[in-house]
Amino acid sequence: MTVLLEAKKATKRFGGLVAVNEVDFQLKKGAIQSIIGPNGAGKTTFFNLITGVYKPDGGSLIFDGQEIGGKGPEQIAATGISRTFQNIRLFQNLTAIENVLVGMHLHLKASLFDAIFSLTRHRQEELEAKRAALQYLDYVGLKQHANEIAKNLPYGAQRKLELARAMASQPKLILLDEPKAGMNPRETEEMMDLIRRLRDERQMTILLIEHDMKLVMRISDSITVLDYGVKIAEGTPEEVRKNPQVIEAYLGKGAAS
Amino acid sequence: MKALFRPIGAALTKAIAWFTARLHNEQTALQTATAFVAIAVIVQVLIPSSGLSILFSLLSVLGATNARIKPLHKWILAGVPLLVALPYAGTHNPSLAPLMVQMFIYIGLALGLNLVVGFAGLLDLGYIAFFAGGAYVYAIFASTQAAKFSPWFAEHAPQGLGGWWFWAALPLALAVAALLGLALGLPVLRMRGDYLAIVTLGFGEVIQVISRNLDTPINITGGAPGIAPINPPSLGPISLGSSTAIYYLGLLFTVLVGIAMVRLEQSRVGRAWAAMREDDIAAKAMGVPLIKMKLLAFATGASFSGAMGMLFAVKQQFINPDTFGFMESIGILAMIILGGLGSIRGVIVGAAAVTLLRFQFLRDISDYFANWGLPPAIDVTKYQPLLFGLILIFMMIYKQEGLVPAARPTVDINALEGANPPVSGKGASVAR
Repeated sequence: MTVLLEAKKATKRFGGLVAVNEVDFQLKKGAIQSIIGPNGAGKTTFFNLITGVYKPDGGSLIFDGQEIGGKGPEQIAATGISRTFQNIRLFQNLTAIENVLVGMHLHLKASLFDAIFSLTRHRQEELEAKRAALQYLDYVGLKQHANEIAKNLPYGAQRKLELARAMASQPKLILLDEPKAGMNPRETEEMMDLIRRLRDERQMTILLIEHDMKLVMRISDSITVLDYGVKIAEGTPEEVRKNPQVIEAYLGKGAAS
Repeated sequence: MKALFRPIGAALTKAIAWFTARLHNEQTALQTATAFVAIAVIVQVLIPSSGLSILFSLLSVLGATNARIKPLHKWILAGVPLLVALPYAGTHNPSLAPLMVQMFIYIGLALGLNLVVGFAGLLDLGYIAFFAGGAYVYAIFASTQAAKFSPWFAEHAPQGLGGWWFWAALPLALAVAALLGLALGLPVLRMRGDYLAIVTLGFGEVIQVISRNLDTPINITGGAPGIAPINPPSLGPISLGSSTAIYYLGLLFTVLVGIAMVRLEQSRVGRAWAAMREDDIAAKAMGVPLIKMKLLAFATGASFSGAMGMLFAVKQQFINPDTFGFMESIGILAMIILGGLGSIRGVIVGAAAVTLLRFQFLRDISDYFANWGLPPAIDVTKYQPLLFGLILIFMMIYKQEGLVPAARPTVDINALEGANPPVSGKGASVAR
């Protein structure tokens, strides 16, 4: 399988703290891969490097054959990377379907003048966009909530809406930052199922950060472990589970023996 | 104080909410609209000079546009008051016509500012600057002013350009105001909230000072005394200088701005603005280019303001820098806060109400007290800033979402899912 995303010695410093320290990382096309690590290990910082929220201080990030390190978030989004956020970041006062429509921004063309003069072209595009947005909502099971204001949706539904919004930009890679945080067991199952379907039905590659080891072990093809900004292990769930360094990072020195 | 104000605030809020709900509900909108027409007529007969009838007519029009009736009926219900009744009232009561034009100007301005502040979430305290830009673009060349700095004008058109210039100046005023909008937008691209507000405030002041001082070394703006008289526009051989003609011009401008707003709100660009306002980090992650969208918001909002500035120059036949002060910017802000930030209907109601308060009620009260022989220092017409302040404070405490809160557009799920064949094309290729 071809490599979709590759980091070479990616580094990010905040003052004296090296949040991500020369991390080498490969993500294969069509994989579901996880990044795990204790709190403060640099997982979210690594996500923010990939999505352009932070500029890397060293190393390179290559996505789909092009360098993305140093590009802005909106440029990186245009190359085909989409994401969800650890603390849900929906457009709270917009309806669910409007949230998804914003996700489709890159694939719509209407300009200011198209809209003001309400050209046929524009009306047609809007209609098609709304139909498509409704289908995305249906995909995550929120079709009936299309007209609801995002902030009024229950927590689990908000996470799903964020996923639908990310899908709507038709990305090659979706980054999910703790997709099950705050969900009940039933919602977690639905979310896992959804993630698998994204890969199997929509041919998307998925990279996720998650604290729930059970979920990570069940869903991932491969796992990368970060600790204090350094990659300490990598491999299949089975390999990572047995890795003494990983056990040490999570449970402390001596726990592995 | 609290014990006194709380019940008043609550009662007022409740009453307003009841009316708003009735106007918003498709079933009751028609009745409510009709009721407002009736109220407008009664008020007009009882207190003809109050201008209250205008407000109620506008409310009935807003109600009609919301009712579930045939489009033709809608057009009639909205058109008769605006096209026939109000101008008729204006010709019979000479003080009403300019008041209505002033109202249109403020509605247009408030809609434009609402685009910047309400839609895109960029607080702009210098919005009047673009209004000034539009007014000067028209006025300079439609008066003797151009002859003061241009030998060509002095020779060929010492009295300024004729009425045709209005139509030629329109695109120019839009462009000049949009450029001013970009000039404001570029330096504030990386600013948010308080900082942005302070810079925009400064920008408004700068434009006012420039218009006051650009009479030397070359006399372009006429300096502090301003420009007068300004030639009226014309349509071919017909002069549009009468108050009725200006009324229709104002109506045309305002309706066009209103339509543009409704269309923009429910478009890709409008949603990008809303996304930027709600959460700029998430918006960027969805590929919304913030810089471009911010500049677009500033430029678009500014150009609407510029068009209204032209209308203002036509109405007053006289402009000077004092008209374009900070208080005006705050006044427009008070209108959109009163009506409801981001709500097109609300902003129209807010602008109409504040205009009435400023130009009619205060004057009426002042006239009433004039017989009492009070010293001129307590002339109520001088209390405009107090009025704005009270509106802003009252709304922020009791009803932050405004009189007519913004409602997001909804989609008809069943209609979208209808028996139509699956759509093809980009953005729609969702395989199940």
